[in-house]
Amino acid sequence: MSAFVWLTIMTALRILGRNRMRAGLTMLGIVIGVAAVIAMVSIGEGAKRAVQAQIATMGTNVIIIFPGVTSASGVRGSQGSAVTLTVSDALELKKRIPLLADTGWTRRDVMQIVYGNKNWNGPINGISPSYLTIRDWSFTSGGPFTQTDLDSAARVALIGQTIVENLFESGEEPVGAVIRIKNVPFRVIGVLAPKGQSAQGSDQDDVIFIPFSTAERKVFGTSFIGSVGAMFGSTEQVEDLPMAVEQIREVLRGRHRLQTEQNDDFTIRTQVDIGKVQEGTSETLTMMLFAIASVSLLVGGIGIMNILLVSVTERTREIGVRMAVGAKRRHIMMQFLIEAMTLSLVGGALGIVLGVAGAKLTTVIAGWPTIISGDVIVIAFFFSLVVGLFFGLYPANKAARLNPIEALRYE
Amino acid sequence: MSPLIECEDVWKIYQVGDVEVQALRGLSLTIEQGEFVAIMGSSGSGKSTLMNILGCLDQPTKGHYRLNGVEVGGLRPDDLAGIRNQQIGFVFQSFNLIPRTSALENAQLPLFYRGLSIKEQRTQAAAALGRVGLHGREDHYPTQLSGGQQQRVAIARALVTSPSLLLADEPTGNLDTQSSREIMAILEALNRDEGITIILVTHEVDVAAYAAREIVIKDGQILSDRRTKARPPSSPVEG
Repeated sequence: MSAFVWLTIMTALRILGRNRMRAGLTMLGIVIGVAAVIAMVSIGEGAKRAVQAQIATMGTNVIIIFPGVTSASGVRGSQGSAVTLTVSDALELKKRIPLLADTGWTRRDVMQIVYGNKNWNGPINGISPSYLTIRDWSFTSGGPFTQTDLDSAARVALIGQTIVENLFESGEEPVGAVIRIKNVPFRVIGVLAPKGQSAQGSDQDDVIFIPFSTAERKVFGTSFIGSVGAMFGSTEQVEDLPMAVEQIREVLRGRHRLQTEQNDDFTIRTQVDIGKVQEGTSETLTMMLFAIASVSLLVGGIGIMNILLVSVTERTREIGVRMAVGAKRRHIMMQFLIEAMTLSLVGGALGIVLGVAGAKLTTVIAGWPTIISGDVIVIAFFFSLVVGLFFGLYPANKAARLNPIEALRYE
Repeated sequence: MSPLIECEDVWKIYQVGDVEVQALRGLSLTIEQGEFVAIMGSSGSGKSTLMNILGCLDQPTKGHYRLNGVEVGGLRPDDLAGIRNQQIGFVFQSFNLIPRTSALENAQLPLFYRGLSIKEQRTQAAAALGRVGLHGREDHYPTQLSGGQQQRVAIARALVTSPSLLLADEPTGNLDTQSSREIMAILEALNRDEGITIILVTHEVDVAAYAAREIVIKDGQILSDRRTKARPPSSPVEG
């Protein structure tokens, strides 16, 4: 049997080689289908990986709690416009919910920062020291401030890469330098390691951190002492997030004395929620890709079936001769199936080459990150095999069922 | 030893629309091993139908056909294919070589379906081509060969399996006189020297003259069956 299969494959290749133009046109559908899938999946995978990396920059198992929306006299403010969350809320949460590994809080405002003769308008964040650990910030030089700095409302600052680039000359060491925020001098004690864009597209490195107490008393001039812009929490395990969210909601509703019919005056988001939104987008993209791929593979398969039917008709006499000298139905069947699969596999291989080249070209020309996964290549190859087999079955069966006498007489 | 071919009251009835066509009507025929038989008859006489049945391409509607003592009627198509592959060699009027395929590969074809190794297929096919005088033409394609040479490739293809029966359907019908003589000489030699049973269908009297027995078919029945040469039905050399 192996000699039979081997010779049949050789014969199939020879027949295809003889009708190169026809074989090429027949394979085109498969080539385009497979190439499109490979290229699109590579681009999609690259985008997904980039988004995942962005989400990872948020920290690990992070919960974010925003204050609710003000609705004074029917005029609704933007999210976070209400001053419903306070430092004591955050401390209480940590005390009452053991699932929370830590809680932190921030308030932010955009202000002018001056160093030497340069200035920059950047977001000033008054933070609790725990915020840095929750959000996984690390340092390229210097280090974080401490609880002591918070207690004493020390005038110390941590600055992000974007601030460094805009206020300092290249090569200049920012740690130890004194910058002025709203005319208050701050000593830079740490430079933050870069995080890049957030999942929402904002520059996470355009940031200055100062102790929350210092921000409250010396920079922002708050009317409600202790009110925060956002609270953060984190859990040890990602599975604990939903439970922690429920407990936070319960504690906050209790502290804010909300009746059962009243809505929350805060919003809780987790890293998983944000990830899901992104995943949803990429799932839609994947489904669309799948639809495109299915259609082109279907068209490619029909092309193969069509040309095989032509081939069966053209070679009716040959089939008759083969039957006369002793070919059984399965031999004839195999011959045409192998031809179909050779067509689809050669087409699939060409498609893979074209798809990988397309993905690489996209990276070079458009600068999009692409990831070519071995899985996709294997799946594409497998699918072209299946297409060949499926669409080859009908013509092969038609050939195998020919009556040898009529086939021999066919003109 | 049973005769090679035993036909007993063989009927072949086709249904063409509402009309019933009786191609063979209760034909009985016995052919011994080693005979050289010519079957003659006008077109529509049923001789092609008989050839198809003898060649196991078709089966009788009624009656019995035993080849080497084995009842062929009622066998499945794949079993018939197996019998054709093992016992029968075909030579057609229009050669029926596979186009754009070398002489060697054409001669290999029956062995291909026997599942022999590629090497064995090549060796045996080359030997068969040598027997019909085509040594050195193994790599030629049908278009590069004359009609007579193409028919010799077809004979090699029929011989390569060492069949007990060789069916030649108008083997010289598409050939000039010179090539016809060469082909008939080869067939005659195969019958005489190797004892291969040959059944030949032809219109031409001088072609039929090579055979030792002449059967004339008319309206699906045997009109006449006579020995034209005094030769023993069983050749001394077994094929």
